[in-house]
Amino acid sequence: MAVPLLETRDLTMHFGGVRAVHNVNFTLAEGELRCLIGPNGAGKSTFFKMLTGQLEPSHGRVLFRGRDISHAHAHEIARLGIGIKTQVPNVFDGLSVRENIWLAASRIHSVRHANGVVDEMLARIGLIPAADRLVGQLAHGQRQWVELGIVLSTDPVLILLDEPAAGMTHEEVQKTAELVREINRTKALIVVEHDMQFIRMIAKQVTVFNQGRVLVEDAVEDILRNPLVRDIYLGKQAAA
Amino acid sequence: MNDRALNVIGLALVGVVGAAFLILTPRFAELDAVLELTVFMIMAILALSLALVWGYGGILCFGQSAFFGLGAYTYAIAMFNIGESTGPLLLAIGLPAAFAALLGYFMFYGRISDVYLGVITLTVTLILFNSVNSTAGPEFHIGVARLGGFNGIPGIPPLNIPGNKAAPVDLEGMFYLATASLLATYFGLRWLLASRFGRIIVGIRENERRAELLGYDPRVYKLATFTVGGALAGFAGCLFANWGAFVSPTIFGLAQSAQIIIWVIVGGRGTLIGPIVGCIGIQWLTTALGANQPSGSDWMTNLMANAPFILGIILVAFVLLVPRGLVPTLGDIGHWLLRLRARPAAPSLKPKQAEEG
Repeated sequence: MAVPLLETRDLTMHFGGVRAVHNVNFTLAEGELRCLIGPNGAGKSTFFKMLTGQLEPSHGRVLFRGRDISHAHAHEIARLGIGIKTQVPNVFDGLSVRENIWLAASRIHSVRHANGVVDEMLARIGLIPAADRLVGQLAHGQRQWVELGIVLSTDPVLILLDEPAAGMTHEEVQKTAELVREINRTKALIVVEHDMQFIRMIAKQVTVFNQGRVLVEDAVEDILRNPLVRDIYLGKQAAA
Repeated sequence: MNDRALNVIGLALVGVVGAAFLILTPRFAELDAVLELTVFMIMAILALSLALVWGYGGILCFGQSAFFGLGAYTYAIAMFNIGESTGPLLLAIGLPAAFAALLGYFMFYGRISDVYLGVITLTVTLILFNSVNSTAGPEFHIGVARLGGFNGIPGIPPLNIPGNKAAPVDLEGMFYLATASLLATYFGLRWLLASRFGRIIVGIRENERRAELLGYDPRVYKLATFTVGGALAGFAGCLFANWGAFVSPTIFGLAQSAQIIIWVIVGGRGTLIGPIVGCIGIQWLTTALGANQPSGSDWMTNLMANAPFILGIILVAFVLLVPRGLVPTLGDIGHWLLRLRARPAAPSLKPKQAEEG
């Protein structure tokens, strides 16, 4: 069997007595698009932080193409080809949109080449008119796009998206779903999202987190029919 | 594009004013004024070192005086031992840089947070102050150079033309050297900040986590910035030891380290010209206030002669009223005025574009 792109073995994160993530075994194939769902506090963001080196796991391992990255630094993991768009847009607020993208592009391109890459990316995320504005002055939705542009500009192998559709209008959600599918043609993705419509638009395989553990992993239609998932997640919404 | 044009105009302006100042001052000013301007230039280099480290690198260094003092002492001690100034000059840059690299290594690789960084750097300079201050006895010497403790080291030989011990730099030459060095430092830093390295350190200042997630190691960049800052401060220290032919432990003291921070706050963080303006302005004011002799009964004159008091008021006023500093605030006002003048004309011609612009 081929080596998976990403694999976690008994991955665990304890904060004091709280088990945020507990014995998670997760496998992602090359080029796969996976959705992660689960109620608030299920451990999805903590899981992402361990994958990107922002948190060091209490136990267990993270393997990227067979290489153990559980204790690697965030910048080393980024250089291996994992990019992340965090839940709250994590951008350079005090700098222009162009400079934001340039900082990302210049990590892999020479200074001269980077400028061309920046122009392409600005066109792709539709922010050419806003290129010279400070990112901190943009609307939430636009800052999300800036962060997506930043992540794409480093040309990663695997992209983690933490709630990419949060706070977006219906059209923006559709545009984002389209972009996610387009990205998936060349890259693997893990997407955390609450918006079930969005999940339906993009997902094939879905992993459900609950209380720090993997509850179930299945094709999207089966997940949406699964009574257990309804109970912990959808049921709660329906009841509310 | 407009910003780029302004940028070029700014650079040219600094170049022209700087060159004119360099050439004309010794011809028209009295020698004592030239002497005073020389020390302003030297201190402005020191201000630039913190402008880089704090203003652009985001590293809160409260002890920039440590590197300044080390540069001055290194030059003095090496000069007495070697006699020819090329080696001592290089040592006065290299040793503070090495010390900054060592200190920075432990701070940045130890992941020490901002506030503690300030505390540690301040503590380091105060430790140096106390250590050097208590070396008054004849047993404290390096080679033939006595450290002198609180008395300091007097009679430091001046720099000479490289390789020629018999050709020392005179007072006027010192002015040329200090001013040219300041201009070189300014343009050098402008170049550095426009380079890939400079843009990345500003990115790290803006959002260290994001820079890390893009694959940049913030520790390396901060260490490099801090080391360059240490080298520059050391160089300024070397010039300072030359200027007065004297160095004493107060160079490491609280007053000195606080002053550097005040220059940068008043002039404006995130600019280079700001700290130069802040440094020269505050020093000029300090000298002017110091000239007021307190004359007994008149409370106003007494007050005006109290330089630390007046400077304190200025600092508080700036922190409260002009928190971004002089130059960025003036820049904002300038931009605002430009837009105000541009606005009435534009809508009648092309209303749509004016809105976008």
